[in-house]
Amino acid sequence: MKALTFAAGLFAASTALADDAVLTVYAPDYFVSEWGPGPKIEELFEARCACDLQFKPGDLLPRILLEGDKTEADVVIGLNTDVTKKARESGLFAPHGQDLSPLTLPIDWTDDTFLPFNYGHTAFIYDTTKVANPPASFDELLNAPDDLRLVIQDPRSSISGLALVLWVQAVYGDGAQAAWEKLAPKIVTVTRGWSESYGLFTDGEADMVLSYTTSPAYHIIAEEDETKRAAIFPEGHYFMVELAAKLAGTDQPELADQFMQFILSEDFQGMIATGNWSFPAALPQDKWPEGFQKLDLPEKALFYSEDEAAALRDEAIEAWRRALSQ
Amino acid sequence: MAPRAVAIIAGSALALLTLGPIAVVLIRAEGFGALRPGDLEAVRFTLWQAFLSALLSCLFAVPVARALARRRFPGRGVLVTLLGAPFILPVIVAVMGLLAVFGGSGLLNRGLGALGLPRLDIYGLHGVLLAHVFFNLPLATRMLLQGWLAIPAERFRLAASLGLTPWAQFRVLEWPLLRRILPGAFAVIFVICLTSFAVALTLGGGPRATTVELAIYQAMRFDFDLGRAALLAVIQLGLALAAGLVAWRVSVGSGFGAGLDRVQPRWDGRGWAAKAGDAGWIALVAVFLLLPLGMVILRGAPGLLLLGADSFRAAGHSLIVALGSTALCMLWALPLANRRGELLALAAIAISPLVLGTGLFLILRPFVNPFSMALPVTGLVNALMALPFALRILRPEAEAIRQDFGRLSATLGLTPRAWTMLVFLPRLRRPLGFAAGLTAALAMGDLGVIALFADPDRATLPLQVYRLMGSYQMEAASGAALLLLGLSLSLFWLLDRGGRVGAGR
Repeated sequence: MKALTFAAGLFAASTALADDAVLTVYAPDYFVSEWGPGPKIEELFEARCACDLQFKPGDLLPRILLEGDKTEADVVIGLNTDVTKKARESGLFAPHGQDLSPLTLPIDWTDDTFLPFNYGHTAFIYDTTKVANPPASFDELLNAPDDLRLVIQDPRSSISGLALVLWVQAVYGDGAQAAWEKLAPKIVTVTRGWSESYGLFTDGEADMVLSYTTSPAYHIIAEEDETKRAAIFPEGHYFMVELAAKLAGTDQPELADQFMQFILSEDFQGMIATGNWSFPAALPQDKWPEGFQKLDLPEKALFYSEDEAAALRDEAIEAWRRALSQ
Repeated sequence: MAPRAVAIIAGSALALLTLGPIAVVLIRAEGFGALRPGDLEAVRFTLWQAFLSALLSCLFAVPVARALARRRFPGRGVLVTLLGAPFILPVIVAVMGLLAVFGGSGLLNRGLGALGLPRLDIYGLHGVLLAHVFFNLPLATRMLLQGWLAIPAERFRLAASLGLTPWAQFRVLEWPLLRRILPGAFAVIFVICLTSFAVALTLGGGPRATTVELAIYQAMRFDFDLGRAALLAVIQLGLALAAGLVAWRVSVGSGFGAGLDRVQPRWDGRGWAAKAGDAGWIALVAVFLLLPLGMVILRGAPGLLLLGADSFRAAGHSLIVALGSTALCMLWALPLANRRGELLALAAIAISPLVLGTGLFLILRPFVNPFSMALPVTGLVNALMALPFALRILRPEAEAIRQDFGRLSATLGLTPRAWTMLVFLPRLRRPLGFAAGLTAALAMGDLGVIALFADPDRATLPLQVYRLMGSYQMEAASGAALLLLGLSLSLFWLLDRGGRVGAGR
């Protein structure tokens, strides 16, 4: 039955314009899966727009750049700050036109093109049953005994891996390579993406994993397991934010605007915490779900603007590569 | 001549699909990009690990295939089928299985710990090699086993009646077989390992174990530097073709002549030393390959209950893709089952899936919505990727049949159709079944291109495994992986079995 409606939907898709306006939103794969926020967002938005919201998952920026001005996308959601420079320079995106005052980010955000919808910080997650005395600072992590087993992600293939090298760069500056050399013996392995690393960690292959400050919330809320915690460093944690943007060439500008507005609404923001396992970008802390209230949070968010990040990126990756290749 | 025309069409389609996407990416990039620091090191590491992986896989495959060829024991058929399993597992699942055995808290280290011995660390070049041998030893073993089973029983009878010593028998019957099959098997495995990415990264332990494919990934998905991606893809292709050419030159010899297709009784290897040796090899390979598989099953079983409708729909998509790929691949492979075809096909596995996917995307884009083509494209690409394996399996037999029965059919004046239906296909049935089973299973397990074209309604099962992991659903992901393993193995078993029905075993 489902297959039939699916097939019918395929045929309908090309003719849908006639009766129902279609808003095409490119989103990351995890976003639209049945555990992600996508299905709920689709339901809520369609209830208020009298339109057909279609998520197209996959690579975001590479795909849009390949498609150029012929892209089908009206809106793209899930871009990271490390690609905004390239995205902006492509000239394919239009100003979002939204009032940014509802934002509750730990940093100031004034960008007129890229609209934040969630955030988190990179952090090392540990298991309290295995690590009794977690490092209390980045220096302590570097000086931890070499039998501390750590898994991280490759900065050349993963966004969180890239955030980590920028984090180290932000904390140690010119000493980044030396810091990596100290960390190297503790790094069990480097994986392609976050999923592989986190899988190794939950399988007990490592004591600590590079992830996000919000990861323990999943274990607290979905598994009632409070043994996973983020090690908090006073030096600050690298800040990651996910963004949405409107395509300049959209054929549904009003719907796209309506969707951008919806992103900052409480309906949307209220689902981000447990839908995306990250902090909502425009929701005061007292409205977060209870499990999120329990999270260990850093005092200080470290962040590079897109220009700074672009300038430092190659250097930061090289420092990592050289130190770990020795 | 009609068969020749078909071969030319099949060959051109292959060349076009291999080189076309690179060319399109190159045109879009407006020329080659420049290499980065570390890229040359990546090339060096890629070559070295691929060489060692292929060497070790082939080296161990010889005694194992020999033991399997001359022993009959209960469960042999099941074992031979299961030996195919590692090769078709999605990389991430296989790595998890290997870690459950060889990892920091795996079975091996728990055993060592209980004995008070120090921990063995799997991460590093040896980890990469371990995984690559785990994946490819079964492939090499099955290729050799096919060759062994193709030696007519009459030859062994003759050898026995001449009173040849085991060593003389090895030299006369088995060495020519190895010379004929091993170089090709080595080349195929070498090329598979060239494009290795996730294994090398997860088990390599760090940037020292960077492969060219990772650099392509970075250029493509992270930097959107198409020119650099195209350059790296061409380097990768060049390495594969060089390997193929070497194997092509080294691989010599022909079949053993026609026999009457009797079951092979073996007179050698009756001594207790030979028996113990064979048993040892079989036991060793069974433990090495089946233990990690067992862990995948053990961990996946509880997750099966967590699977939702999405996963089953994805399984349906994977089955359709697998069957389509298999049909296409077999039709494609038959006219190309000769030396030239095999060399040409090696290029297909050396193409980076990322470059291939992007190229196809750019080619399709002006005509159709590429995402509505997700499943057909995946099917096509899988057929293309499996072609080298299919040819490697089919070619020795196909050539032997042409050589042994060509004169007879010329005397009888058989039409090409009658030749194909009456002589060629029936005699090719065993390798054809094996090749089809392998293609189907590979297509089931492939992630490559679908990730670029993914649509929520058109996910395949391997993609679903990644999606589940990305949503913290690690247990459900293990379940989906187990489902994938079960389906792949069943397909493989059915097709391989189909090829062996009535063929003596």
